[in-house]
Amino acid sequence: MDLSYTAEQQAFRAEVRAFLAEALPKRLSEKVRLGKRLNKAEIEEWHAILNARGWLAPNWPAEFGGAEWDAVERQIFEEEACLAHAPRVVPFGLMMLAPVLLAFGSEAQKRHYLPRILSGEDWWCQGYSEPGAGSDLASVKTRAVRDGDEYVVNGQKTWTTLGQYANWIFCLVRTDTDCKPQQGISFLLIDMTSPGVTVRPITLIDGEAEVNEVFFDNVRVPTENLVGTENQGWTYAKYLLTHERTNIAGVGFSNAALATLKQVAANTLSGGRPLAQNPHFAARMAQVEIDLMAMRTTNLRVVSAAAKGQAPGAESSMLKIKGTQIRQELTSLLRRATGPDAMPFLPDYLEGGDNQMSGLPDHAPTAAPSYFNMRKLSIFGGSNEIQRGIISKAILEL
Amino acid sequence: MDFTLTEDRAMLQDMLRRFFADTYGHEKRRAVLAEGRPFDSAVWAQLAELGILGALFSEAQGGFAGAGFDIALVFEELGRAGAIEPLLSSAILGGGLVAALGTADQQALLAQVISGETRLAFAHSEPGSRYDLENVSLNAVGGDQITLTGTKTHVLGGAEAETVILSAREAGLPGDKAGISLFLVPRQAAGLRVEQHVTVDGFSAATLTLDGVTVPASARLGAAGAAFDAIEDITARATLAVCAEALGAMESAKAMTITYLKERQQFGRPIGKFQALQHRMADLLMEVEQARSAVVNLAGHLDAPRAVRERHVSATKNLIGRVGAMVAEETVQLHGGIGMTDEYALSHFTRRIVMIDHLFGDVDHHLERFIQLGLEAD
Repeated sequence: MDLSYTAEQQAFRAEVRAFLAEALPKRLSEKVRLGKRLNKAEIEEWHAILNARGWLAPNWPAEFGGAEWDAVERQIFEEEACLAHAPRVVPFGLMMLAPVLLAFGSEAQKRHYLPRILSGEDWWCQGYSEPGAGSDLASVKTRAVRDGDEYVVNGQKTWTTLGQYANWIFCLVRTDTDCKPQQGISFLLIDMTSPGVTVRPITLIDGEAEVNEVFFDNVRVPTENLVGTENQGWTYAKYLLTHERTNIAGVGFSNAALATLKQVAANTLSGGRPLAQNPHFAARMAQVEIDLMAMRTTNLRVVSAAAKGQAPGAESSMLKIKGTQIRQELTSLLRRATGPDAMPFLPDYLEGGDNQMSGLPDHAPTAAPSYFNMRKLSIFGGSNEIQRGIISKAILEL
Repeated sequence: MDFTLTEDRAMLQDMLRRFFADTYGHEKRRAVLAEGRPFDSAVWAQLAELGILGALFSEAQGGFAGAGFDIALVFEELGRAGAIEPLLSSAILGGGLVAALGTADQQALLAQVISGETRLAFAHSEPGSRYDLENVSLNAVGGDQITLTGTKTHVLGGAEAETVILSAREAGLPGDKAGISLFLVPRQAAGLRVEQHVTVDGFSAATLTLDGVTVPASARLGAAGAAFDAIEDITARATLAVCAEALGAMESAKAMTITYLKERQQFGRPIGKFQALQHRMADLLMEVEQARSAVVNLAGHLDAPRAVRERHVSATKNLIGRVGAMVAEETVQLHGGIGMTDEYALSHFTRRIVMIDHLFGDVDHHLERFIQLGLEAD
C-alpha cells in the first residue's frame, strides 16, 4: 500500500499546472469559477487550446492524436483542471463516441470522424433517451428501416445535451422489432443537417435550455453510417457505459466546489460571526469534506485497478452514486450559505453579464440555479436507482 | 382536541380551492412569468373580491378572520396552486404592520389593502443582514422631517407597492434591537430608486436604494426606535404563511408524484410497482404529514406568549426547511428528467418549496435559534 504518487506522476501534475496557468484564459476561468454558462464559441476556444497541446483526447491512441494517458494521469489532469476552473471538455464526441468507433467502427469511420472531432469541425451529441425510454433504455422506439443503401429514420430522442450546438448525433435506433428489446438495436451516426431533423430546446428548472428534443421525420441516413453490426448496438452502448466512466465520480468538480464553499462560508457573516463558525453549518461542511476525502481514495482505487486493465463493473455504479451525492450536497450547502442573496433570478448574469445588483456577492446568482441543475446528476447516465440495481444484481446474484 | 376546520374555515378553503382549480392552471402561471408580469392583476382583483385578503385580518382591523388557522388555510391553498400574487408582501407583512402599529389615520390604509386597491410592501433586509432581524443600518435622521439613506434588498412586491414600509435605524448600532423605527414611504418618493427583479421561484422583488429620501415625522409607524417587537411579531405571522404555502406546494408535488408512479411505464410495468420507489414514496408521505403538524403547531401558538410562540416559529421553520428539501429533491428524482423541466408544473412547486428556506431564516438559522430560545427559557 502506497498512497504517494510516483515521481513521474508528480512531474506530470506540475506540467499540467504550469500549462493551465499559462494557457487557460482568465476570461473563461472566471466564468467557470462563478458558475456562469459558457457559449459555444468559448467551449470551442478551450477545446482548441487543449488540442494544440495534444491534450484534448486523453484516452485516444497517439495514432489518432490522443495523449494516451493512463487512468491516474487522467485523474490528475481532471483534478488540476477543475481547481484552475477550466471549462469542462464536452464529452460526447471525445469520450463517448470515439471509444466506440475505436473499438467497433470501421477503418474508414475512424479515419473520417476522429480528426473532425479533434479539430472541432464536428460537434456530436448523444441520441439515447426517448420519452418512453429513460431508465429503461432498451425500450427505444426510434425506427431505422433499411431502404436500399439508406436507413429511413423516424422517431424522437430527448434530453439531448447541447444538441443545439451539434451537427452530428449518435443514436440508438431500433432495426428489429421481432426479438428481445436489447437485440434489435443499432448504433447509427446521423448528420443533423439532414432534411427531417428538428431540434427543440427544453428549458430546465434552472432556466437554461441545456437539453433538447430531437425529432426524426423520414430522415435518410446512408448505411455506411452504421457502427459495427446491425442489431448489435446495445453491446456498444453498454461498452460505452462501463468502460468510459473514469470521471464519473466528479472528484475534480467536488474539490473545486468545496474550495468555493469554504471561501464563501468564511466570508459570509451569520449571527455576527463567519458562517464557517456556525456549528451546524460547519458540521455539515465537515461531513461532506470527510466523505470527499474517502471518495478521492475510492476513486483512485478504482482508477488504479482500471489502469492495470481490470474492467470496472459495479464499482463504476458505486462511484456514480456516491460522487453525485457529494456533488449535490456541496451545491445544496452553497445555496444555503448564500442565504437571502440566493433568491434573485438573473438570467443575463448567468449567461455572462455583469452583476448589477447592489450588495449582491458575485457567487450569489448561480447558487440556486446550480443547486437545481445538479439534481440531474442522480437522474441521467443511468439514474442512481438503476445503479443500485446494478450493484445489488452483482452482489446478490439472484 | 379537535383537528377539524370550523364550518366557516371549511367553506373558505373549499371556495379558494375551487377558485384556483377553475382559474389558475400551471399554463397561466407560466404565461404570466413569460410575459414578464409580476402577477396576474385579474386574479388579484378576484381574490380581493372573494374576501381572501379580508380573511387575513381581524374584524377590528376591517377583515373577518385573521387568526393563525386562517392564515395557514389561505396560504396552503396559494401554495397548492402555485400562486404568485402578492398576499404575503401586501397583506401579511405590510398590512399586518399597519394594523399593529398604525395611528387611526394610518389605519385608514387597511381598507384599501383589503379591497386590493392599494398594495404595501415591507423593506427590511439589507446587504449582508442575512436572517437576523436586528441587523438594520439604513439611516434615519431628523425631527419634523426625516431623511432616509441606505439600501434595502429582497423587498418582496417592492416594485408593485404604492407604499413601502421601511425599517430604519434612529439610534444604536446595527445588531441592536432598540433604535429601529418603521416609516411609510411612497414608492414614488424623490430619491428612492426601485430596481425590480424576479426571484428563482417566480416572485417579483426589488432592491431599494434611498439617497436622502425625506418623509414627514407623521410617516413614522409606531413609536420612534421601538419597532423591533412588531417586526418580530409580523415575521412570526409571515413565517407561518410561507410554511403553510410550502405545505400546499408539497401536497401538489406529492400528488403529481403519486400519479406519475402509477402511470409511468418502464421495464413493462408502472414504476410505482418497484419496491425501492414505493418505500421512498412512503417516507415522503410521512414527512409531509409531519410538515402539516408543524404548521398546525405554529398556527395554534401564533398568539401565545413570545417565548412559546418563537420556539414554535423556529421549530416549524426548521422542520419545513428539512422536509421541504427532501420532498423537492425526492419528487424530482422519482419523476426523472421530466421533473426538471420548466414546462412541467413540478419544477415550479419544487423551486418554491426550496426557496422558502431562504425567507425569514433557513434550517440552520432556526435550529440554532431553537436551541438558544430553549436555553433562555430554562
